[in-house]
Amino acid sequence: MSTFWIILTGCLVASACGIVGCFLVLRKMAMVGDAISHSVLPGIVIAFLISGSRDSLFMLLGAAVIGLITVFLIQLFHQSGVQSDASIGVVFTALFAVGVVLVSVYTRDIDLDLDCVLYGEIAYVPWNTLQIAGVDIGPKAVWGVGLALLLCVGVIAVFYKQFKICSFDPVMAAAVGIPVALFHYLLMGLVSVSTVASFESVGAILVVGMLVVPPASAYLLTEKLSRMMVYSVIIGCSSSISGYYVARLLDASIAGSMISVAGGIFLVVLLFSPSHGVLLRKWKQKRQLQEQASNATIV
Amino acid sequence: MLEWMSLLKDPNVQWIVLGSMLLGLSSGVIGSFAYLRKQSLMGDALSHAALPGVCIAFMLSGTKSILLFLIGAAAAGVVATFGIGFITRNTRIKQDSALAIVLTVFFGLGIVLLTKIQHSGNGNQSGLDKFLFGQAASMIRSDVITMAIISIVLVGICTLLFKEFKLLSFDAGFARGIGYPVAFMDQLIMFLMVVAVVVGIQAVGVVLMAALLITPAVSARYWTERLGVMVVLAGMFGAFSGFAGTFISASGNNLPTGPLTVLVATALFVISVIGAPRRGVLSKWLLRVSVRSQVRREQAVLQFRGEEQSQ
Repeated sequence: MSTFWIILTGCLVASACGIVGCFLVLRKMAMVGDAISHSVLPGIVIAFLISGSRDSLFMLLGAAVIGLITVFLIQLFHQSGVQSDASIGVVFTALFAVGVVLVSVYTRDIDLDLDCVLYGEIAYVPWNTLQIAGVDIGPKAVWGVGLALLLCVGVIAVFYKQFKICSFDPVMAAAVGIPVALFHYLLMGLVSVSTVASFESVGAILVVGMLVVPPASAYLLTEKLSRMMVYSVIIGCSSSISGYYVARLLDASIAGSMISVAGGIFLVVLLFSPSHGVLLRKWKQKRQLQEQASNATIV
Repeated sequence: MLEWMSLLKDPNVQWIVLGSMLLGLSSGVIGSFAYLRKQSLMGDALSHAALPGVCIAFMLSGTKSILLFLIGAAAAGVVATFGIGFITRNTRIKQDSALAIVLTVFFGLGIVLLTKIQHSGNGNQSGLDKFLFGQAASMIRSDVITMAIISIVLVGICTLLFKEFKLLSFDAGFARGIGYPVAFMDQLIMFLMVVAVVVGIQAVGVVLMAALLITPAVSARYWTERLGVMVVLAGMFGAFSGFAGTFISASGNNLPTGPLTVLVATALFVISVIGAPRRGVLSKWLLRVSVRSQVRREQAVLQFRGEEQSQ
């Protein structure tokens, strides 16, 4: 049963991150995802210190707020003349450092493990169950991540058209009267929510992998946004399922294995994708050259 | 005050402080070039990518030698930069996604290897996880000597090749035009970054090493328009962060060194943003206020004259 819960959590994380991540990859903001996933750490810790519990709802809120603050600070420094990538680097490392210091100050008397926060321990998911009226209804993490997934799917389904235009042509979006900034922050809010929901299982750092690697693989397979999201979810889920078994085989970290498998899938797609694969394109070019050469000799 | 002085007299602390300062110095210097070449986040990617290299070096050798780690991490860093370049050149994936992909996949692999080492029950592995967050307190004299030599070599290379690096940072096309080996120098800067990262991992850890490469350089940029001054300033900011961070950590409250160093660097950054002459927020605001009052005065004078003439 615990295997089932672990794999289910992994798949939910992969789906939530895979859907949101598509927009990050398309909008060239993958590193903003990286920044948010690091900087939610102080949000988590502060929310924990205020509420005194690891109940997901409060933490989701704290993290969403800090995620938006991160994006705001990055833009603030960027506007005051710092290069955008450097301002990302300054902001997230600073917030992350605050988080690590907070954890190590309070870690002695609370059960928030730094290792667990950073690279996750999905193996513990099945033991931390939620009980309503004395009935065991499954692990807390599953409910938390499931909720985040529902939120992401809901928001994106409602505003699909707006998100699509904003990611491909923000100038046109502004021209037809879509509040681009609002959707920008909405997307960032979704990123922080899914990051925080996943931190317990895959950890703050490896969430980025789930946010970027499956969508980037999907990006090389299709030209349609809707299809890209579906592929990204499929790739994410299959890498979390096989990652689990790889981890059991090697006796190593489950989250790390999941990302490694996703990386493997990306490598395969990169080389062999029918439309954008490197090897296939080289092969096509070669054949074209040969054809031209043979045509030339015939003429 | 006396307590502080006695802390500094402790030879152990002296070594650690020296090591952290050298680290801050060299990463500040290299970071300036990275910042100007818009490759700040490369440091982040490289420091994450170093983890599997370090783990493999440990698995093969079974010892915790900083030199072997350096070789392992340098190899991993070279593979990572090659991977990022390959992805951006050959597909439509942009550089930011390529960075993020390489960063997390390498880090994921690193975590897998790290947990594998930890579960293997090798007694010698204890403390390897310190590489994630760094613990300067665990540095010993031989480590600091290695770090010192490497830092001096790094800074030396940057001084010797200052003119070349300067041209490369501002006008790579021109550098290529007059026959500099641009691709080689690109790789060289990247390699120097890898070296700085590897040296730094032990003190501040994989995750925060990026900050030491980025933050001092960005802060220094606020104070000057000259590259030479900026590099020196960045080195000084880095060294000061290393000093203050280690000092606070060593003064007994058992906080990890890495985050403290980063926080000191961030404090310097905030001071620079607010207080720097010309580019800082405060001086810009003062300038705006003075310009506005000047314009108002001129307008008043003009209006007065206009009224005089019309009368």
